[in-house]
Amino acid sequence: MPDLPGPPDLPGLPATPGQTVGPFFHDALPYERDHELVPPATPGAVRLHGVVRDGAGEPVPDALIEIRQADADGAVPEVEGSLVRDGGFTGWGRAATDPSGRYSFTTVEPGGAFFAVVVFARGLLDRLFTRAYLPGRDLDADPLLSRLAPGDRETLVAVREPDGSLRFDVHLQGDRETVFLSFPRGGAR
Amino acid sequence: MVSHEIATLHREGESSRTQPRLDFPPYRSSLLRHPTKVLQQVDPEDVELLAPVFGHSDVGPVEADLTIQGRGEPIGERLVVTGRVLDGEGRPVRHQLVEVWQANAAGRYVHKRDQHPAPLDPHFTGVGRCLTDGDGWYRFTTIKPGPYPWRNHHNAWRPAHIHFSLFGTAFTQRSITQMYFPGDPLLALDPIYQAITDPAARDRLVATYDHELTQHEWATGYRWDVVLTGSRSTPVEREDDHA
Ligand SMILES: [Fe+2]
Repeated sequence: MPDLPGPPDLPGLPATPGQTVGPFFHDALPYERDHELVPPATPGAVRLHGVVRDGAGEPVPDALIEIRQADADGAVPEVEGSLVRDGGFTGWGRAATDPSGRYSFTTVEPGGAFFAVVVFARGLLDRLFTRAYLPGRDLDADPLLSRLAPGDRETLVAVREPDGSLRFDVHLQGDRETVFLSFPRGGAR
Repeated sequence: MVSHEIATLHREGESSRTQPRLDFPPYRSSLLRHPTKVLQQVDPEDVELLAPVFGHSDVGPVEADLTIQGRGEPIGERLVVTGRVLDGEGRPVRHQLVEVWQANAAGRYVHKRDQHPAPLDPHFTGVGRCLTDGDGWYRFTTIKPGPYPWRNHHNAWRPAHIHFSLFGTAFTQRSITQMYFPGDPLLALDPIYQAITDPAARDRLVATYDHELTQHEWATGYRWDVVLTGSRSTPVEREDDHA
């Protein structure tokens, strides 16, 4: 099967290619409270969680998810401290999947429309970007969601669970394959 | 046989792609883990344009030396690996986090799922991190990792490599990759490395031996620069840029 066309090469310096995160990252990338953008007891704390699955619907136990988000007021923090988690809200977190493919973050609901999400996994040759939109907003107004078919759009919207948490499953392949993103000029502003 | 598959895919495929193919059947684990839909191109929003910030509260200076984490010296060829992290316009990525992990000199990870019957080194975890300096330079002291077998196909061996995790100035530049060593005969046989179909792009993952970096009676030196995708067209100045 021919591969899908990749992003066009950019003018300027050619980028260094990505490679898979492989199976042996767990001693290096995860760290204590990596997935706790806020302590769980924080008023307004919410869990963003889900399962990463492959094209056969099997859980992916060796994936790594990172999120980047605004705070509750919509401001994107640019402060250090994510690796020590001893102070303020940094707006970034990291969670490896467990043996059943589950990941979980404790955070606050962003003032913006979505969590920016990046996915790494063994077997995945380069990272994938996606978005986890908050449910219940005016999604028709969003420039990305408004142009997607309903089935595709659904893959990008987190589901409010009865316990108040937000569930966002990632399907790397298959009928419910998540919509993944590329950015013009490699994300240049 | 896997080498045959790789050669066929290289002949058939586009040869001028910077990034690896996500669907590369010689790498068996990619079969069910690559997306089949076209990536949706979208203009990044603020939250995607602002990378997380890391600082000296996050990373201590000793974390860049993987040879001093134990009570004794790790076994192996001591080396210095250094280079610059740049954006697509050649501008340095300043004060940003670089994380590395690797096998020991025998090709064994500390990782609990590594089954390779090669010895662990009690003085080597294979894990390090550092911040780039004001000119985008990172620098690690480590030992040369060994190649290791994996179960992709019969007699499959990964070329020696160091895993690198990198952040840019924008979150859209987030990247994880692997650095290889020049002249490694296993590179030609490796489905992960060969998933990059453009030979010039593959070369960019191979470090250069640099005798200027080699330290007399101490360590050999390798240079490896990283270019992240894209850039901000308007650099945002931070106070510490003027420090
Ligand atoms: Fe590895």
